[in-house]
Amino acid sequence: MERSANTREAVPTLDEPICFHCGDKVVGQHYECDNRLFCCLGCQTVYEILQQNDLQRYYQYNAHPGRFKRREPIDLAYLDQPDIRAKLVDYMDERMSIITFYIPAIHCSSCIWLLENLYKLEAAIVSSQVDFMKKQVTVRFKNGSFSLRMLVELLVGIGYEPKITLQDIVKEGKESSRGGHTLVAKIAVAGFCFGNSMMLSFPEYFGMDAFEKQYANFFGYMNLGFSVPVLLYCASDYFRSAWQSLKHRNLNLDVPLALGILVIFVRTALEILTGSGAGFADTLCSLVFFILIGRWVQQRTYHHLSFERDYRSYFPVAVTRIEGDRERPIPLADLHVGDRILVRNNEIIPADALLLKGAAAVDFSFVTGESDLVEKTPGELIYAGGRQVGEAIEVEVVKAVSQSHLTRLWNNENFKDREKTYETFAGVVSKYFTIGLLSVAIFGAAYWLFGGDAAKAWNAFTAVLIIACPCALALSSPFTLSAALSIFDRNKMYIKNTAVVEKMAKIDCIVFDKTGTITSPKSTRIFFDGHLNAREKGLLASVCRNSNHPLSREILRWAGDITTLDVAHFEEIVGKGMKADVNGKTVEIGSMPFVFGRNRRGDGRVFVAIDKELRGAFHYEQSWREGLEDVVQELQQGYDLHLLSGDGDRHMEALRAIFPVSSSILFHQNPTDKLMQIEDWQRDGRRVGMLGDGLNDAGALRKADLGVAISDDINNFVPGCDAILEGTSFRKIPKFFLFAKDAVHVIRMSFLISLTYNCIGLYFALQGTMSPLFAAILMPISTVTIISFTSLATRWFARKRGLLERTAALGHNM
Amino acid sequence: MNIIFFLIGCSVFIALIFLAAFFWANKTGQHEDTYTPSVRILFDDEERDDEGQG
Repeated sequence: MERSANTREAVPTLDEPICFHCGDKVVGQHYECDNRLFCCLGCQTVYEILQQNDLQRYYQYNAHPGRFKRREPIDLAYLDQPDIRAKLVDYMDERMSIITFYIPAIHCSSCIWLLENLYKLEAAIVSSQVDFMKKQVTVRFKNGSFSLRMLVELLVGIGYEPKITLQDIVKEGKESSRGGHTLVAKIAVAGFCFGNSMMLSFPEYFGMDAFEKQYANFFGYMNLGFSVPVLLYCASDYFRSAWQSLKHRNLNLDVPLALGILVIFVRTALEILTGSGAGFADTLCSLVFFILIGRWVQQRTYHHLSFERDYRSYFPVAVTRIEGDRERPIPLADLHVGDRILVRNNEIIPADALLLKGAAAVDFSFVTGESDLVEKTPGELIYAGGRQVGEAIEVEVVKAVSQSHLTRLWNNENFKDREKTYETFAGVVSKYFTIGLLSVAIFGAAYWLFGGDAAKAWNAFTAVLIIACPCALALSSPFTLSAALSIFDRNKMYIKNTAVVEKMAKIDCIVFDKTGTITSPKSTRIFFDGHLNAREKGLLASVCRNSNHPLSREILRWAGDITTLDVAHFEEIVGKGMKADVNGKTVEIGSMPFVFGRNRRGDGRVFVAIDKELRGAFHYEQSWREGLEDVVQELQQGYDLHLLSGDGDRHMEALRAIFPVSSSILFHQNPTDKLMQIEDWQRDGRRVGMLGDGLNDAGALRKADLGVAISDDINNFVPGCDAILEGTSFRKIPKFFLFAKDAVHVIRMSFLISLTYNCIGLYFALQGTMSPLFAAILMPISTVTIISFTSLATRWFARKRGLLERTAALGHNM
Repeated sequence: MNIIFFLIGCSVFIALIFLAAFFWANKTGQHEDTYTPSVRILFDDEERDDEGQG
């Protein structure tokens, strides 16, 4: 992460001035302080704060470490509400508070340094500690004169705005790591017992002289002692899972594992207690140790990503309720039907509501995918999820937050059983394996019983269950898939868990969303309908220079190198447009109603008028992602491709030329349409993979067999999904799908290898002559073979698909 | 040769101490953040008044 930050800054061209704080190009108005240039007032302010507090070192560890986002001031009054505060803090008493924030802007060592030196900025802060990978900072502060709100304001002031949402990933992360702790503890205990019991078994394996036999009993009891915690503590999950599986009349791989573990223990205990043999204690311990490691490898944590986000992490924590003539921030959960709330510029409307006062211009791009502002007049209904742009509006809530149009998508019934229906390859095989194993064991026992040798029958029966215990089999899936996951990870495709890779291999139909998915929000192009001569362009650029609005910057770029003129009477109305006098001419730039002064619906275009005469309009188009044609070309060989767009059908022809004839291209799809369409395809027996980006795809992403969210900034909100793909890796999508199939091949091959080992073992076991030494050697050998085969084969396939470069392979894996 | 009982007892006891140490480290979250300390140690020394941990 640090590296990428540096490469971004690596090429500062001399002729283009860049901001000392954030490294952005300085466009338009310059800000200067101590002979240093800044792109905006925000950057300069941060610099000044750090300068005053003797924290300039921030700029020494990295060049341009700042990531200041120019944005509207946010209302933090809700942080003073005791009930909200209590939900956010980790710990609080009269004197001290501890809180953990998630701060997406953390990206380099300067960030760590500055955030851990917060105490220099504010005496009430006792200490602060950064967790870089999780992008979190834990702050302890004294309550007294300092408050949570002041702390957040301080962080916002230095450019590190914490992301405070209802669905707190910080807290969720803590809970999930607690589950990981128990597994690690179990592995530690199993490893401890394994090591000790192996040492104690050596004398038996090397053979003991007659006088040494007196110790055999002692070693035996010690071994038995070590296997008890392994059986009762370490292996407890397997017994539980096997029992669950049997109750549901199903046979998963844990059934033969649990049976094997139990049989080993019983036979070991019997042999040691009766003094008839040495038992298999070390085999038991190593078996449990290895399968637990397999389970550990399987869980993969992405520290700063969450795949379970829903509307709660998108919605605000608190809303401003109007109570008589008072405004009071309340937690979102306390919002009821009939409440009147105030929604300011850039705030999200949290529930379906009636507009009471003010002119609403709502940006629904995240909900519908349609990028144009929707204007509403008092009395109209506004759906939840839109972002108000412009003046503050007053609305009355008509539906509870959880009942609104948008949030119902998540509470949809048909998501409930989706996880269960999928069966992994290991799950399918284990049924046959368990039945086969039991019949071989019973057959062996029966054969010796009829021969009249009961002891041998018992030996053969238990030996079969011990030696064929599917340890290697249980390891092949986790090791292959986790190796595959790390390959995906390296190519910026973050997959939720190992089962998703298997699902991905089975997809035969891929559905794309349009805006933000196959187009890139980062490469917008600006077009001008109309004509302006060079002098008029100069007028326009002079006005735009004064504004920090991203569109103004775009227009400046469009205008190119132009000498700018002095501007008088500059006036900017947020969300509407701006107006100024240049060289005696009045220039107006902005939305339709702003420029025409009439109450007409805006359509997202930016109009330009000079001296009240309309000269044309700018419109913005997102351009296709790089390599879209190639991706479609390569995918159409094995997959049905479709496109679902919430937008109008402006691009029908362009898309028709890219997509094959057989694919359906549907426009005007609202979130529910998308979901239903996916369901339709699934009913036709298709396994559907959906690639989407926004909240408007959330339902479809969850409904699809594989939901991939594409994101250009993984710190931004991504809806619940199975995998998150960074926009820069879009070109690699066909390779990803092929590689998922390769991974499943590797699993099958390693299943074959481990079955071969099982057959060799069975040959000896059935004769009733298996020695403990044989088992103690065969088990680790088969395990090691499987682990090395799966990781090597997976990497070989990755290299073949071009997902792993040779040099990188040696460097920093795992 | 009875010394072997004593020796095995000692070795198991020492191993148990290490196991307990591992449990303690795991429980106090010492394996949670494995990256930040490696950056933190590279910061130049200055007169820090806190206990060096954060």
